Amino acid sequence: MTQKLVVIGAGMASGRVLEHLFDAEADFDVTLFNAEERGNYNRIMLSPVLSGEKTYEDIVTHDADWYDANGVTCHFGDHVTAIDRAAKTVTSQDGTVAYDKLLIATGSAPFIIPVQGKDLPGVITYRDLDDTNAMIEASEKGGKAVVIGGGLLGLEAAAGLAERGMDVTVLHLMGHLMERQLDEAAGFLLRGDLEKRGITVKCRASTVAILGEDKVEAVLLEGDEVLEADLVVMAVGIRPETRLATDAALSVARGVEVNTQLQTSDPDIFAVGECVELDGQLFGLVAPLYDQAKVLANTLMGTPDVFTPKELSTKLKVTGCDLFSAGDFEEAEGREDIVFRDPARGVYRRLVLEDDVVVGAVMYGDTADGNWFFGLIRDKTDISDMRDTLIFGPAYQGGAPSDPLSAVAALPRDAEICGCNGVCKGQIEDAIAAGATDLAAIKATTKASASCGTCTGLVEQVLAVTLGDDFVIPTDASICGCTDMTHEDVRRMIKSQELKSMPAVWQECGWKTSCGCHICRPALNFYLLADWPLEYQDDPQSRFINERKHANIQKDGTFSVVPRMWGGITTPDELRAIADAADKFAVPTVKVTGGQRIDLLGVKGEDLPAIWDDLNKAGMVSGHAYSKGLRTVKTCVGSDHCRFGTQDSTGLGIKLEKILWGSWTPHKLKLGVSGCPRNCAEATCKDIGIVCVDSGYQISIGGAAGMDVRETELLCQVATEDEVIDVIKAVTQSYRENGKYLDRIYKWMAKVGLDWIQEQVADLENRAALAARFDLSQSVYRKDPWAEHVAEASPYQALADLTLEAAE
Amino acid sequence: MNALPDEWLDIASLDAVPQRGARLVKTAHGCVAVFRTGDNKVFALDNACPHKKGPLADGIVHGSEVTCPLHNWVISLETGAVQGADEGQVETYPARVEDGRILLDVAFLKRRDAA
Repeated sequence: MTQKLVVIGAGMASGRVLEHLFDAEADFDVTLFNAEERGNYNRIMLSPVLSGEKTYEDIVTHDADWYDANGVTCHFGDHVTAIDRAAKTVTSQDGTVAYDKLLIATGSAPFIIPVQGKDLPGVITYRDLDDTNAMIEASEKGGKAVVIGGGLLGLEAAAGLAERGMDVTVLHLMGHLMERQLDEAAGFLLRGDLEKRGITVKCRASTVAILGEDKVEAVLLEGDEVLEADLVVMAVGIRPETRLATDAALSVARGVEVNTQLQTSDPDIFAVGECVELDGQLFGLVAPLYDQAKVLANTLMGTPDVFTPKELSTKLKVTGCDLFSAGDFEEAEGREDIVFRDPARGVYRRLVLEDDVVVGAVMYGDTADGNWFFGLIRDKTDISDMRDTLIFGPAYQGGAPSDPLSAVAALPRDAEICGCNGVCKGQIEDAIAAGATDLAAIKATTKASASCGTCTGLVEQVLAVTLGDDFVIPTDASICGCTDMTHEDVRRMIKSQELKSMPAVWQECGWKTSCGCHICRPALNFYLLADWPLEYQDDPQSRFINERKHANIQKDGTFSVVPRMWGGITTPDELRAIADAADKFAVPTVKVTGGQRIDLLGVKGEDLPAIWDDLNKAGMVSGHAYSKGLRTVKTCVGSDHCRFGTQDSTGLGIKLEKILWGSWTPHKLKLGVSGCPRNCAEATCKDIGIVCVDSGYQISIGGAAGMDVRETELLCQVATEDEVIDVIKAVTQSYRENGKYLDRIYKWMAKVGLDWIQEQVADLENRAALAARFDLSQSVYRKDPWAEHVAEASPYQALADLTLEAAE
Repeated sequence: MNALPDEWLDIASLDAVPQRGARLVKTAHGCVAVFRTGDNKVFALDNACPHKKGPLADGIVHGSEVTCPLHNWVISLETGAVQGADEGQVETYPARVEDGRILLDVAFLKRRDAA
């Protein structure tokens, strides 16, 4: 007997079910509802329609003739409004139809972020042909488009709109694009490729509202940034469309729950496609949907069959960028990574291993070996025999290992190697060709590495790349086990290759781990913020706890709090506030420091924001007693009170501290200003010391009074306070730009030489340029971190308090 | 509350813990550190380094390890084992993420009670 099959939704999954049924000549009388005014088409191909490579006619799967020939009663553009399970009927806008078997294939609905302005004309989603046509129409007027969502759909929309001539910005909430398919490094490469195509990408961008009167005009982001927009595309994600199933009281979790026969909680109702959930899993890619369609067709025809979710691989092409991801590439217990980066070709590969089996793979740039790796994942192949060469793919099994010098080999000839003397890689190569075959000869002929010397490692690598086995690089310590490069190499790469994020450094410098370690991350964070103060976003998670929590950790896990006392000067009000805070927070120890201020020791981590708030209210700010940055400017009382004082050393000390505070340096930076050569402020064992004399100010640098004890050496003598300030800004900036992380000034001076530093500040033009770069950086960093953290105090508090639960 | 074995307790939103960071959960028997790695896995460990009881939640998280802020011992978040030449073990507790929420197995509270 012919059964009445009613299908809700004419998408790719239900379309495939019908094909199987008709191919097998199954005895069904089919009625097909679709909310869209058309039948089944290939949604995967909407991107080429948007970009103009294809038309709707090209992507139609089932046309009117096909439905006609198979006797399908079509209700297109007709919304189903209810399912009556007792009467076994379906009601739509046009009427009621009875069923023997019902198939729910409602697919998924775009997720709309609930912000003001989401319903304005000009705000569209990207899900079906109508959306695509709306975008094409909008793009004909040109102008600016903002795409919210940096997943696959959003990026395809962005690429299509850019192709049609719009000025496109992609906003993405997470730290990198396509975070579900790609890890951070691959996300960085993808972003670079999109930016080359003229698309602006903003990550960690949270949309607050969509602005406009009668149509969309702009998008407002958190942080009050406003982006003009003539068109806003929301592509933040999809969710299973389950409303009909929920109303019919079927079992629904995130999707319509089905068993492995695709049967819902009602034995006569089935579901297929993106709207279903099986064992907590949702399905979005076409391969499992087609598997479901086959199993469901068999189930309907009474042939036993079971749907088993398979390991999935995704090979994607977003505007010509090759991506591949398969399996599970997240880190987990017992898993190991093999990472391969070839900066020359923009290639990144990461394999995740567990018990000698590949369980996940991410590839970017060259995905030709994707299927081979996918085969290893699917077949759970034991790779222990080929582990050493596995990452290079099938062609390299037993082949040559990679070249550790590839990062330098990849640099173009015009890449600047020596910043001091402006020497490019090509000039060094030419010098080598002309017979300079060691470092000394290169220095003599090109001047590369002949000044500050921080590029020595890179010059040696150029020699090694050019000369091959004829040149052996003197071994210099790399930063840590994550890289073969030295601090100096990495700094040169950050500057010359304009690397402005941590993933950029990891990729372009061939990092061997996925995200660095506790040794390299703090160094990279400093180098990036020192070289790109405006572009780079400081990463608290890459800082040692003292700089992350703006307090010094003590051996028992408590912290010490040191408010700033400008130039060592305080007031009775400040002292009272400090005393009150010490009482209120039961501070066990109050100590006077060597830097002329007061240390409150033994404060609990969770009390930090509250004690800071009290000190802030009394006008005090963080003393940065914990930072690799400006600590104190110690002063004597100078000409104000002292009968020997020659200048206002206290006043100059306060001025310097107010200019320098908040700045980050390779290691801590302590200053002293003494009012006369009796040197009561002990300025000549500070990193930078000023000794006032009758005729002006002697500025000396490179003192130390710790594990090493050293006297400063004279940098220069100047006549006015303004000159002191400019020289100190300049020398501090030069130290920031050239010093190795965790080298105090005296160690830096030992490497580059006092003469070189003197030249830097003696050249007035260069002095002014260094001071200007220091001021630019201070426009970002001269601020009180305590006040900021008081405003956002939750990270200092416990995530949850379960002490009560345990007590019961 | 009625704590059954294998009952998962919703602690907080995943977003409440920064990537490559940690936050504390207070219990009657000391603090448990909840870590979030760069690829959004969560792990729960006692917040005390086996060396000198350093607060691991204040360490630097890299890969699936954390470095203790006091003396740079490196501890595996997956197993709680001290890495490298040092030796020691930190207690770990079941933790997982579901729908953007961090879940802890409440059984761990009972085990800590017995401890």
